[in-house]
Amino acid sequence: MPELADTIDPARWTCPAPLRDQPVVVMGHGGGGALSAELMEQVFAPAYGNATLAALTDSAVLQLGGARLAFSTDSYVVRPLFFPGGSLGDLAVNGTVNDLAMSGARPAYLSAAFVLEEGVELTVVERIARAMGAAAETAGVTIATGDTKVVESGHGDGVYVTTAGVGLVPDGVDIRPQRARPGDAVIVSGPIGLHGVAIMSVREGLEFGVEIASDTAPLADLVAAMLSVTPDIHVLRDPTRGGLAASLNEIARASGTGVRLNERVIPVPDAVANACGFLGLDPLYVANEGRLVAFVPGSAADEVLAAMRAHPQGAGATLIGECVAEHPGMVVVSTGLGGTRVVDLPLGEQLPRIC
Amino acid sequence: MKYIDEFNDPDLARRLLDEIHATATHPWALMEVCGGQTHSIIRHGIDQLLPEQVELIHGPGCPVCVTPLDVIDQALEIASRQGVIFCSFGDMLRVPGSDRDLFRVKGEGGDVRVVYSPLDALELARRNPDREVVFFAIGFETTAPANAMAVHQARRLGLTNFSLLVSHVRVPPAIEAIMTSPVCRVQGFLAAGHVCSVMGTAEYPQLAERFGVPLVVTGFEPLDILEGIRRAVRQLERGEHRVENAYARAVREAGNPAALRMIEEVFEVTDRNWRGIGRIPLSGWRLAKAFRAYDAEHRFDVGGIRTEEPAECRSGEVLQGLIKPTECAAFGTTCTPRTPLGATMVSSEGACAAYYLYRRMNGPTPQATRATREEMNPVA
Repeated sequence: MPELADTIDPARWTCPAPLRDQPVVVMGHGGGGALSAELMEQVFAPAYGNATLAALTDSAVLQLGGARLAFSTDSYVVRPLFFPGGSLGDLAVNGTVNDLAMSGARPAYLSAAFVLEEGVELTVVERIARAMGAAAETAGVTIATGDTKVVESGHGDGVYVTTAGVGLVPDGVDIRPQRARPGDAVIVSGPIGLHGVAIMSVREGLEFGVEIASDTAPLADLVAAMLSVTPDIHVLRDPTRGGLAASLNEIARASGTGVRLNERVIPVPDAVANACGFLGLDPLYVANEGRLVAFVPGSAADEVLAAMRAHPQGAGATLIGECVAEHPGMVVVSTGLGGTRVVDLPLGEQLPRIC
Repeated sequence: MKYIDEFNDPDLARRLLDEIHATATHPWALMEVCGGQTHSIIRHGIDQLLPEQVELIHGPGCPVCVTPLDVIDQALEIASRQGVIFCSFGDMLRVPGSDRDLFRVKGEGGDVRVVYSPLDALELARRNPDREVVFFAIGFETTAPANAMAVHQARRLGLTNFSLLVSHVRVPPAIEAIMTSPVCRVQGFLAAGHVCSVMGTAEYPQLAERFGVPLVVTGFEPLDILEGIRRAVRQLERGEHRVENAYARAVREAGNPAALRMIEEVFEVTDRNWRGIGRIPLSGWRLAKAFRAYDAEHRFDVGGIRTEEPAECRSGEVLQGLIKPTECAAFGTTCTPRTPLGATMVSSEGACAAYYLYRRMNGPTPQATRATREEMNPVA
C-alpha cells in the first residue's frame, strides 16, 4: 500500500480554498471550523486590519494606560432558549466571561445587547435576564450597560443576545495560542461533549436514556487557581464550537507545533459517547461551554493538575496529551488499539450520518 | 458503554492480531464492503497493525458515495422549489451535485432540513399540510425498511404532501459486479453486519461458491473487524470459501422478517446507477407501482435530469477497490473535503474522506506512525 507522504504533498492540504467557492453564507460559516476561520481571515481581518485582531485570540489584550485589559465580544443564538443545565442567558454571560478568562484576565464588566423578535413573550425575556443576572453574580462580574432592539416577526429566532466584556490581565501573565511549546502538557478541565449533546437532545427531541445537562459554567475562578500555581501558563482555550478538535487545531496552527493526544484517556462521559455513537458524531468535535484546555510547561503539569482538581470546575481535569515538535500545525491521536490518526479542523458543523 | 468498551479491548485486540500475524503466510486482499467498517478501520488504525500480507480494500458500501450525480441534481432541483421542505440525513448535505450542494441551496433560501429518521419527515408533512415534504431516501438495505415504513404510514394517514426521492441500492449485486470485473483483486469479503441484520445471509452462499471467496459477516467495532479478518484469512489459508457469521449478536440467517416484509410491500427491485461505478442490474429498489404516488421523481418531474462526472475524479476505481484514495492524483490537492470532486471525499463514510481525515501526517515517517506491538497497551 503506498504511503501518503510518497504520493502527495501534505503542505498543499493546509491551503484554504478560495472563498468564492461558497458565494453565500452557509451554516458552516458559524460552526467554528475551517469555514469560520476563512470568513475571519479573508473577510473581517483584511477589512479591519490590525495587529491586535490578527492574533485571533478569544479576547484581545490591550494596553490602556498602566493597565492590561482583556476585551471580548460574542453573540448567542442558541435554540432552544432553555435547555438542561442552562439557558441562553447563562451562555451569554459565561461565554464572554470565559473568553476573557482564556487570556488569564479577571473579568469585571459586561455589556448585554438584546435583539428580540416581535411576538416573544415578555416572561421569556425576563427569565433570560434573570439567568444573566444570576450568572453574572456567580462569575463576579457586573452587567454595566446594554441595548435592546426589536425585529419584525419572522426576522429572528426569538431572542439573540450579544455580550461584550472587559477584565484585567495580571502582571506577568501572557497567555495566547502562539506560546504553545514542544514539551507542554495538554490538560482538559473535565468531561467533554456535554453541552453539545444536551442541546442536540432537546433540539431534535432525541432521547438518550439519561438526561444530559450542559456544562455551562464560568471558568475565571479556575484560571485564577491555575495562575496561583504558576503564572507561566502558555495557552488557554475554551473549546466551544468545533469542540476540542477545533481548539487544538487552532493552537497547533498558531504556534507551529504539533499536538499528540492519547485517545484512551480523553474524558468522554458514557452518555456523550453513546449519543455520539448513535448519531455518528465524534465527541472531539462536539461543543463545550464550561471546559478549558490548557497548555502548561511539562514541569508544572502535576502542580497545575492538582490545583485544577481542587477546584469545583476542574474536578475532572485530565492530562490528555502533549505538545510536540513533530507534525507542526497538526493534531494527532494515538488510538486505543495503538494506531494513529489525524484529528483535523472540522469544516463546519458536524453532520449526523445516514447509518 | 461498557458493552461497547468490550469491543475495543486492547488485550483482546492484540490476541486477535497475533493470531492473524501467525496465520497469514500468503498475501491476501480482503474487501470491507461497508463504509462504516472503512471508517472504523482507519479511525482505530487497524490497517496499520495488520501484517504486510493482509491488505484491506475499501468497497462501495457508502450510501452517500454511490448515490448517482443525477439523483443529487434531482434533489437540488426539488429542494430549490418554493413550498418544498426537503429532508435529508445530515451527511448528504455536503455531497456535490453538478454545480452546488444542499447546503448551498439552504443558504440561498431553500428549506432544507436535517432529520434523523424518515418518520421525522413524515411528522413534518403532517404538521405542514400546505407544504410538500420530500425525504431523500438513499442507502442500502439498512435504511430501506424505515423509509418503506414512512411511505406505508403516509398512506395509512392519508397524507398527500409526502414523497420520497428514492435511490436505494443493494449489496449482493454490487459484490457480483466487483467479482466479475476483469481487474478484480478481491479474494475475500467482510460483509456488512447491519445489512445482514436486515436481509439475513441467504443471498451470500451462492456468491461465495460462484466466485470462490470467503464472506465473513462482520460488525463495526474494532474487535468485530479483527475477528472478521481473522476468520477470512483462516479460510483463505485453508483454501476454503464459505459464509461465516462473525456478528452473531446481531445477525440471524433469516434476517429481520418484519423489515423484509415492509421492504417487499413498498419497494420493487430495479436496475440502479452507482456513482463512480455505473449501472448494475437489479441492484436497487424503487417504489412499487401501488406507491408511485409517493415518488418525488415523478411528482416533481425531475426524471429527465442527466449529468456527467468530473473526468479527473477516480472515485469509481476507489469504490471498486482498484486503487487506494492516495493513488488518485487529485487526492488532497484539487480534491479535499472542502472542495470535493466526488462523494467518496465528502461523505463521512467515504474512503477518500477517511484517508484525508485520519491519515495525513507530514511529521513522522510512516514507520514512526506504525505502532509497535508494545505500544498496543496504552498507558492510561
